[in-house]
Amino acid sequence: MTWEYVLKGIEGAFEMIASLDVEVADIALRSIKVSGIATLMAAIIGIPTGVALGISTFRGRNVLRSFFNGMLGIPTVVMGLILYLILAPAGPLGSLKLLYTEMGISFGQMLLILPIVVSFTASSIESVEREIRELALTLGASRAEATLKVIREASAGVLLAVIAAFNRAIAELGIALMVGGNIFVRGGALNTRVLTTSIQMYVARGDIDIAIALGMILLGIVFVITTVSNFLQSRWVLK
Amino acid sequence: MIRLVGITKRYGETEALRDVSLEIKKGDVFAIIGSSGAGKTTLLRIISMLETDYSGEYYLNDIDVRKNQEDLRKRITMVFQKPVMFNTSVFDNVAYGLRIRGLSSREVESRVNSVLELVGLYELRKKNAKKLSGGEQQRVALARALVLETEVLVLDEPTANLDAGNVQMIEAIIKEITDDGVTVVMATHNLFQAKRLANMVAYLNSGELVEVGSVKQIFESPEKEMTKRFIMGETYF
Amino acid sequence: MKRVLVAILLIVFVISIAWVLQVQHQNQTRVLTISTTTSLYDTGLLEEAIAPAFKEKYGIELHFIPKGTGAAIQDAKNGASDAIMVHARSKEVKFMEEGYGVNRKIFAYNFFVIVGPPEDPAEIKGLSPVEALKKIAEAGRSGKAIWVSRDDGSGTNTKEKALWKMAGFDYVEVKEENWFRRTGTGMGATLNYANNVGGYTLSDTGTYLKFRKDGLISLEALVDKGEELINIYAIIIVNPEKFQKDFEGAILLAKWLTSREGQKIIGQFGVDQYDKPLFFPIVSVLEKKEEPIYDWILRYGLIEDGDKLTECPQRYRYQSSLTFFEVNQT
Ligand SMILES: Nc1ncnc2c1ncn2[C@@H]1O[C@H](COP(=O)(O)OP(=O)(O)OP(=O)(O)O)[C@@H](O)[C@H]1O
Ligand SMILES: [Mg+2]
Repeated sequence: MTWEYVLKGIEGAFEMIASLDVEVADIALRSIKVSGIATLMAAIIGIPTGVALGISTFRGRNVLRSFFNGMLGIPTVVMGLILYLILAPAGPLGSLKLLYTEMGISFGQMLLILPIVVSFTASSIESVEREIRELALTLGASRAEATLKVIREASAGVLLAVIAAFNRAIAELGIALMVGGNIFVRGGALNTRVLTTSIQMYVARGDIDIAIALGMILLGIVFVITTVSNFLQSRWVLK
Repeated sequence: MIRLVGITKRYGETEALRDVSLEIKKGDVFAIIGSSGAGKTTLLRIISMLETDYSGEYYLNDIDVRKNQEDLRKRITMVFQKPVMFNTSVFDNVAYGLRIRGLSSREVESRVNSVLELVGLYELRKKNAKKLSGGEQQRVALARALVLETEVLVLDEPTANLDAGNVQMIEAIIKEITDDGVTVVMATHNLFQAKRLANMVAYLNSGELVEVGSVKQIFESPEKEMTKRFIMGETYF
Repeated sequence: MKRVLVAILLIVFVISIAWVLQVQHQNQTRVLTISTTTSLYDTGLLEEAIAPAFKEKYGIELHFIPKGTGAAIQDAKNGASDAIMVHARSKEVKFMEEGYGVNRKIFAYNFFVIVGPPEDPAEIKGLSPVEALKKIAEAGRSGKAIWVSRDDGSGTNTKEKALWKMAGFDYVEVKEENWFRRTGTGMGATLNYANNVGGYTLSDTGTYLKFRKDGLISLEALVDKGEELINIYAIIIVNPEKFQKDFEGAILLAKWLTSREGQKIIGQFGVDQYDKPLFFPIVSVLEKKEEPIYDWILRYGLIEDGDKLTECPQRYRYQSSLTFFEVNQT
């Protein structure tokens, strides 16, 4: 076997990206949108939950903390399978009509990354909790003001959690495939094809160049997002 | 001003303080000495109202602290043994307590700037506090407390691990404010420092208050054999 | 707080940009979801030819979910699809028998091929499929050949099992032997694997031609004739009494697939790329009784219904404007 087809693939990939292939752009944008919505939902639910877990000391706290920690590494295919069974019309949540829709992928990815947001938020809160709370208190803050200060001090860690969550969402395949279905109709309104599902499809079909192009785009998105967040973070710390 | 009666504090099995009673008068510079693990920090945290879980009584100007802790806490501020910085600029660190108290931004600015001048950090006011050196952070922590002009200032080892220059500077500042009549409660390892700054000294050993007295009394004619040994030991080594 | 706000704004910003840039006209499009088999899907016939033409004509968007035939049928049983497009008669009958599917229509056929390394160590070139499998097993047992099976319950795999049976082997037993490799994945991956280990495998024509043309594999089509290799594609509509799906829309699709227009599109797909069609229209064969294919279709594509052979027995028909091909058994 020669390496030629790999080189050819890379060449084709650059051509495709350079010429801004409409189909490729559509898929990439859908990926950003679907995983972005998932991240937004996970942030809206997960940050308050993480903060609550980080600052409070109620009884079930440790159980919840270890639950979310345990869910951090859940394999996406298992998650995809569970969601498929739940969201199928014959399943318990079938009436939501989320199977094979963009919203379905977002919903599934949201569940996938929620533990990341919750756990990372909780740990970044915990890492500053005691010291910052007591400092704020002794400087005259009320309990509520001290809590607010703790959250602010942890915000860089929370941002990191959100970025990590987005990266996991956009890079996962299992849910996008099983809940999304990789649907694509040219000019269609209800497509669900995203970067990961199309990469696996094109590889299965032997269209290596498109697969490489999409893979490079996926890497690019993750890279840019991570770089921007790193930049923001260093700015905030250095000032 | 401060009256503690029969304070006992447990951390699980360890008894950090046992039946400690003492009185601190307005304008005192009250030094707590004792070896590591004696319970100095624990005592200061109780005085600063950061601990709620202890037995005994605590009165501040004859008000029962245990019933009014939330309201009274603003009257006392503590500088921690290990400085903690907010992840903001030096200026914002120092301004935090004033903003919490709802001062106008003009007033905040003038008070913060003058305190920063006092501790020699005015030039660094825009820098992130976490990027400062240990000595500079210790001074930010002091400035952050000083700017509040509370009735009582609690200092936990304010000069531990600092170089001579910083020690001198911080001691000079403490001297200056005590001359203004602020009540200071401080923990220290350094007996010379206690001698230089304090008028009252309490010796704490393994959670028990061994002896309280004026500087002169404690250093020149301690009543207890234990105090004597501590002072000799610490002085000669 | 400012930072969290900035972060949230940033996310919202990114999403809305993606949203706006993406061409979106999400106004109540009518959608049919079709669970289908990978071999049909991976050729591109469904998405590149059928879906656009059907949408143009009826404004209905076709959403294809590619899986192995087994999984596609399961998908429909879960109520996820309006119809299935598959190629495994025994499984199709079972699907209808269980009450999930109605109104089966066959719409295309092509041939499976047995492909293998150019050196052909088992010497099967030109043999009948059954003879070829016997030779491969023989060579395999003496360590000279490898057989690669998808073993994934797909239509291709179902056909393979039937062929082993005809050749006198029990698939369940033979698949445990060491010359018999199982990939458990789609056709493309299986072809790649067979290519890498220099093995033989059964493939659908479409996928094989595409991989061959793109230079991804050097396997050769060694056995491509014989009635046993015929591969017949059918659409079955989900029983409206089981699930509230778009029954009318699915009927429309079944009708259109077997219409003159649909059949023409199927027959032309891939010709410009491979110089030969990947799929053949089935309706004209039935109408004109073109031998020998006509006979093969009767044998491999139709179902017994009393003394008749039909694409869909009476008991599996559900009221619609569809007509079904039937012929008296001789
Ligand atoms: N949060 C805590 N949990 C458990 N034990 C504690 C805690 N804080 C303090 N202790 C224990 O209480 C005792 C007194 O501690 P404390 O910090 O008051 O000592 P210290 O006199 O300030 O010592 P140092 O001079 O080293 O700062 C020690 O035995 C210490 O281990
Ligand atoms: Mg201490």
